[in-house]
Amino acid sequence: MQISGAQMVIEAFIAEGVDTVFGYPGGAIMNVYDEIYKQDKFKHILNRHEQASVHAAEGYSKASGKVGVAMITSGPGFTNAVTGLADAYMDSIPLVVISGQVPMSLIGTDAFQEIDAVGISRSCTKHNYLVTDVKDLPRILKEAFYIARTGRPGPVHVDIPKDITAQIAEFDYDIELDLETYKPHTKGNPRQIKKAIEAIAKAKRPLFYLGGGIINANAAYEVRELIQKTGIPAVETFMARGVLSYDDKLLIGMLGMHGSYASNMAMSETDLVIGLGVRFDDRVTGKLSEFAKNADVIHVDIDPASISKLVNADYPIVGDVKNVVSDMLEQVGKIDSENYESWRETIINFDELHPLTFHEDSERLKPQWVIKRVGELLGDDANISTDVGQHQMWAGQFYPFTRPRQFVSSSGLGTMGFGFPAAIGVKAASPEKTSINFTGDGSILMNVQELMTAVEKKIPVINIILNNNFLGMVRQWQTLFYDKRHAETDLSVQPDFVKLAEAFGGIGYRVKTKEEFDAALKDAVEKNIVAFIEVIVHRMENVMPMVPSGGSLFNMMLLEKKGDK
Amino acid sequence: MTEENQRRVVSVIVINEASVLSRITDLFSGRGYNITSLTVAPIPDSRYSRLTIVTAGSVRVIEQITKQLHKLIPVLRVYEHEDMVEKEMAMIKVPITENLSDINILCEAYNGKIINTGENTIIAMVTDEPKRIDNFLKAIKRYNPKEIVRSGAIALER
Repeated sequence: MQISGAQMVIEAFIAEGVDTVFGYPGGAIMNVYDEIYKQDKFKHILNRHEQASVHAAEGYSKASGKVGVAMITSGPGFTNAVTGLADAYMDSIPLVVISGQVPMSLIGTDAFQEIDAVGISRSCTKHNYLVTDVKDLPRILKEAFYIARTGRPGPVHVDIPKDITAQIAEFDYDIELDLETYKPHTKGNPRQIKKAIEAIAKAKRPLFYLGGGIINANAAYEVRELIQKTGIPAVETFMARGVLSYDDKLLIGMLGMHGSYASNMAMSETDLVIGLGVRFDDRVTGKLSEFAKNADVIHVDIDPASISKLVNADYPIVGDVKNVVSDMLEQVGKIDSENYESWRETIINFDELHPLTFHEDSERLKPQWVIKRVGELLGDDANISTDVGQHQMWAGQFYPFTRPRQFVSSSGLGTMGFGFPAAIGVKAASPEKTSINFTGDGSILMNVQELMTAVEKKIPVINIILNNNFLGMVRQWQTLFYDKRHAETDLSVQPDFVKLAEAFGGIGYRVKTKEEFDAALKDAVEKNIVAFIEVIVHRMENVMPMVPSGGSLFNMMLLEKKGDK
Repeated sequence: MTEENQRRVVSVIVINEASVLSRITDLFSGRGYNITSLTVAPIPDSRYSRLTIVTAGSVRVIEQITKQLHKLIPVLRVYEHEDMVEKEMAMIKVPITENLSDINILCEAYNGKIINTGENTIIAMVTDEPKRIDNFLKAIKRYNPKEIVRSGAIALER
């Protein structure tokens, strides 16, 4: 059929099964928005900032497992979206982001709202395109979705000049893609898998090291089966929260800079690391030369460049973790879970020595209590997003996650302002669950305009602001490593968060006690409109344990035991 | 694994399309890898181009370079050369008042000759292994070259 470039975008979305697009219109993308206006196959959510559109698409993608879609205009529209692209690139989130561009005849003339968008996005996307001929557009759109969701997923950016969206050409979306240079390797090498199984059977203290790739590969339930059948304990990265249920006896906890004592000690004592969908991030490993020093390493990942990048893999397996774990399950009979009994006991002892906990305070609420309490009250019924900082780490430590895709956070890039728009995307993808965003008094102001989006589209996200009147994580580092010089982290001057929410048409609560918190959360869930619950928490609480930056994983600063002072 | 930096030659076959060269060079600059020289030209009768990159790094870095290059969508193949024939070309411009027969003999030792004579200067070219080109350029210094241009290396696996 002969249609315009703008119509091609719409038709491609429909063919790809897109049901929600996040975006913000502007001059160069108007032809496409005109076609959005005329159709009723998918809904468009107007965010109030392009960065929020991309974060919302990320949240949508993480909660649904589908490709997230965002649409923005040229120039500032695009540059506002760059943080979202970078965030999705770091966390391997499949997105297709369409941007308008000035007409072909104006490219290179410093035209109004012109910027070299593909030049900017090149280093923070999996791939990008500048469309220069409308005849290429159907193929490019199809490739964009394909590249975004296959292999190691990631964001793909398509920049379309305004005149291209007006031109007419043949649209055929049933074309076969011919990507001779892009062929992701999804099946693990059987010989390597066999060797890995033999290594596991021989190991005395093996440890599963679970990463976010498991969630991307939809492999959590296969991994659960493998762990249950082998009886081998597991640690999760922050990205992997929810792969195992919090009450799984073989889940030790989260490892890394703010990992539990038992998790970090297990990683330091293991003789065989079984890494699944992980990338040995510096926040996980601490000092590399001391990381799992006495262990061999099995590393399963879809991205060959992740393998032996930082830690040498003795058993490298390139493949989709779901395929590889399924292949492993076939040979699981060779592994005797009895062999690891004393190892499991060792780990229990670690945990009893320094359990992950916190001390209550009689005067002010502790932020950790708030997170645990939401877990008790909502548990599996909530999807959890976070912003970035102390609250984020506490959420990773203390929320009782029960399933994959329950938890959405900006892990790799650490983007303050991610949580609220992401929670909007999560709610759009998964309306039957309560969408909670744990945030801080710093982070929430970085995309606070999304109150308007949530009110207009009736997306009842509950933002729980753990207010310590500080940029808490930076303050913690200043307290510990900068001799308490709290440079520019004191946020004593603040808006009235209750009035702020109300000004946009949402609902606000300010709570100081446990009873007030319970009542506010209950009320917010019932009211079913966007809410701010501002919780006044202890100002100087630190996230513990903590591995100082660059230190060895086993050298943790620990929570002072009660009465230690 | 050795952490010492070593010189490596990497050839990359890429789809010959807009901005593909930027993708390659952005990867090097973004990840802090080093480019000593880079040559690029289309492969005849195909939709591909061939890049030859001379780089340096530890074994781990070189392995990452090849893997990261492979990850780029328009990259078809990456060769990290072990056993190769490697050549580079250099052209020099020398005042015509210098001893031309000496220059010609020197060039011949490096598979070259004088290829152009002008009113005031002559141009000579040589083609040889990059290390030998280094030597040639040292030797030619005494003839006061006004301009020197090197092509960067190209290589083929034996």
